[in-house]
Amino acid sequence: MTRKQRRLVLIGGSLGVLVIAVALMLNAFRDSIVFFNSPSDVAEKHIGPGTRIRLGGLVKSGSLVRSDNLKVRFDVTDGNHDMEVAYQGVLPDLFREGQGVVAEGTLDGSGVFNADTVLAKHDETYMPKEVADALKKSGHWKDDYGQRAAIPLGGKAK
Amino acid sequence: MIAELGHYALMLALGLALIQGSMPIVGARSNDPVLMSMAAPTAVAQFAFVALAFGALAVCYVTSDFSVLNVYENSNSTMPLMYRLTSVWGNHEGSMMLWVFILTLFGALVAVFGRNLPIALKANALAVQAWIAAAFHLFILATSNPFLRIVDAPLEGRDLNPVLQDPGLAFHPPLLYLGYVGFSISFSFAIAALLEGRIDPAWARWVRPWVLGAWMCLTLGIAGGSYWAYYELGWGGFWFWDPVENASLMPWLAGTALLHSAVVMEKRGALKVWTILLAIVAFSLSLIGTFLVRSGVLTSVHAFATDPTRGIFILGILVIFIGGALSLYAWRAPLLKQGGLFAPISREGALVFNNLFLTAACATVFVGTLYPLALEALTGEKISVGPPFFNATFGPLFVPLLLAMPFGPLLGWKRGDLLGAAQRLLAAAMLAAVAIAASYALERGGPVLAPFGVGLSIFIMAGALIDIGERTMVLRIPLRAALRRAVGLPRSAWGTAMAHFGIGVTLMGIVAVTAWGSEHIAAVKPGETVDIAHYRLTFEGLINRPGPNYRDLVGRFVVRRTNGDLLGIMEPSRRTFTARNMATTEAALMRRGVSQLYLSLGDPNPDGTVPVRLYFKPQVLMIWLGALIMFAGGALSLSDRRLRVGAPRRSKARVALQAAE
Repeated sequence: MTRKQRRLVLIGGSLGVLVIAVALMLNAFRDSIVFFNSPSDVAEKHIGPGTRIRLGGLVKSGSLVRSDNLKVRFDVTDGNHDMEVAYQGVLPDLFREGQGVVAEGTLDGSGVFNADTVLAKHDETYMPKEVADALKKSGHWKDDYGQRAAIPLGGKAK
Repeated sequence: MIAELGHYALMLALGLALIQGSMPIVGARSNDPVLMSMAAPTAVAQFAFVALAFGALAVCYVTSDFSVLNVYENSNSTMPLMYRLTSVWGNHEGSMMLWVFILTLFGALVAVFGRNLPIALKANALAVQAWIAAAFHLFILATSNPFLRIVDAPLEGRDLNPVLQDPGLAFHPPLLYLGYVGFSISFSFAIAALLEGRIDPAWARWVRPWVLGAWMCLTLGIAGGSYWAYYELGWGGFWFWDPVENASLMPWLAGTALLHSAVVMEKRGALKVWTILLAIVAFSLSLIGTFLVRSGVLTSVHAFATDPTRGIFILGILVIFIGGALSLYAWRAPLLKQGGLFAPISREGALVFNNLFLTAACATVFVGTLYPLALEALTGEKISVGPPFFNATFGPLFVPLLLAMPFGPLLGWKRGDLLGAAQRLLAAAMLAAVAIAASYALERGGPVLAPFGVGLSIFIMAGALIDIGERTMVLRIPLRAALRRAVGLPRSAWGTAMAHFGIGVTLMGIVAVTAWGSEHIAAVKPGETVDIAHYRLTFEGLINRPGPNYRDLVGRFVVRRTNGDLLGIMEPSRRTFTARNMATTEAALMRRGVSQLYLSLGDPNPDGTVPVRLYFKPQVLMIWLGALIMFAGGALSLSDRRLRVGAPRRSKARVALQAAE
């Protein structure tokens, strides 16, 4: 093999791998991206049944209903719109009424959101960022959500 | 007083870093040996002061000095000593202290062990190291000072985030940082080479041990984090393609590529410019990882606090270092003498193949991790890129890489014999075929491709054994002679085979647990049983059990085989931490061979039932066992005399053997 041919093989091979990688990514982007929506977004955008989305908001107080076989139903709200979510499984440790939640799944024909994954925040001071932004957008954000008392009682930060 | 001492020491370290970052470079430019030789002592002194600052913070934590804001927010006097100590880095400020501690530690190590380095290269590299250190010292002092005091000290601290109160905190962050920051050495050496405009194969020999050390720690750090997430988060996953995990995987992929390309550079003088680029990229990805995790742009257990000024500061560091390094590269790289070309079918060719696929895989992880952030910044649209994306991109790119892996070490330098290598791997391929057939016959259900995954991992493991078999000529020459050859074999050859074997082990674990793991979710009352795989668990009831700073609600389960043999007791719990009134799930694990039974509890329901998640995880331990084997392979390779700079050659005979490799 001449020098030129060797260089061609090297360049050709690199380009080949690059093309494969880009093709794989574009293909994956087409079917595996999940958009985040608040209940208002779902209402506005007319998201059809079967489209996989992430739904975020607050768990509406008093809406949690548990039934047999670890089935639960609760409403997710952003203050303007509510949406009913059905889920079967163990809820995360910090799932509470009135707290932020993100559920992933699809809408069914009757307007119920069937979640296969439910994520809650993972410490007592943290609110999922998407949820916080959605609440700010809908004008229902309260400053004490997700804020932590940095300064102890009777103490002052120096 | 101790906190102020630490604060002051950190400021002095910043001053020393500024001196270390400027004088040696001036010296290297003007060829002044006095200025250049300032680099090593300042690097050691800088480390001493950072160690003092870090030690001061640790003392504040151990003695529960709640007048220090950082200690108050993240510690509690009821915590056991180990967690009081590890919570030093269980928060943003402290973890940045750990970062600079390790960074300056590496600087000092180069200063002490780099006696044989050319003086200009050493001066330049230590200076670059000091720029990085100075940037992070400044970052800590300006935005993340752990030594701030509270007037009117509170009596009790707010406790460490319960999720972090785990032995994992003692190992995972330090190992990960040793890996991340370890790549700063190859980065500094790359920049130094660019500054000098000169590079030779010896450069690769100096840099390779550092890359190898960083890679080993990163491997273990990632694996440790994965195991921690597996047992702590309560849903039994070992990898979530979470952006924070990806942030650690990207430097690992780039570092693995660097490790392999440096071999080509050292042995054959080729791929110089590419190796320099990889050295820059590996550390840049570590910096990006730090940015992603520490800036709060991502929300995860690792984002301790979100403060926009910190994010902007780290972004600034990122832009200056990555942008500067790449600009310097674009400007100076054409000056470096290109190495020779080689036949595509050769050891070099195989290593280029490895590099191409590793960097392509790294690029897909990069795009998948950063695309959502870019999209949100540009359009405000929020998306999540989850496992399906990575399975569809990373997976297909890794398969050819893994398939080709056993071939690499069997090909000769310069011009390899692919057919010969294939013949030698025939036994491995046959073994793999048997494994595929066996898994089809034995396992029912699961994805169709899973048996091929098993076959591939067997092929890799057998390929690694054949590599050693070929080198020692075992089975072909008398056993005694083969043993003598095995002893004479360079440790780096053993290390390579071992690390490759480890990849096969990890792959086996991943395939088995993904394809044939089973899950059972139920709400149980005392006396009820749950079945999974060949096991039957009987729920005996809930018990309350107090701990030092928490109380456990323990579920007691008796585990039997389906045929009735008693195997033991599993006690998963819900652990409520009193200071933060926050609960964590403590899963119970029962090991069966390399498989595990995994049981975790949910919050008890009002009707008295307890939700449980029960998993059977076949071969799951192989995932982390493989990482341990990779680490051991790296360690063996690191102990190779040839990797130690200027280590005296032991004898003529040994040199001859090395040449034969």
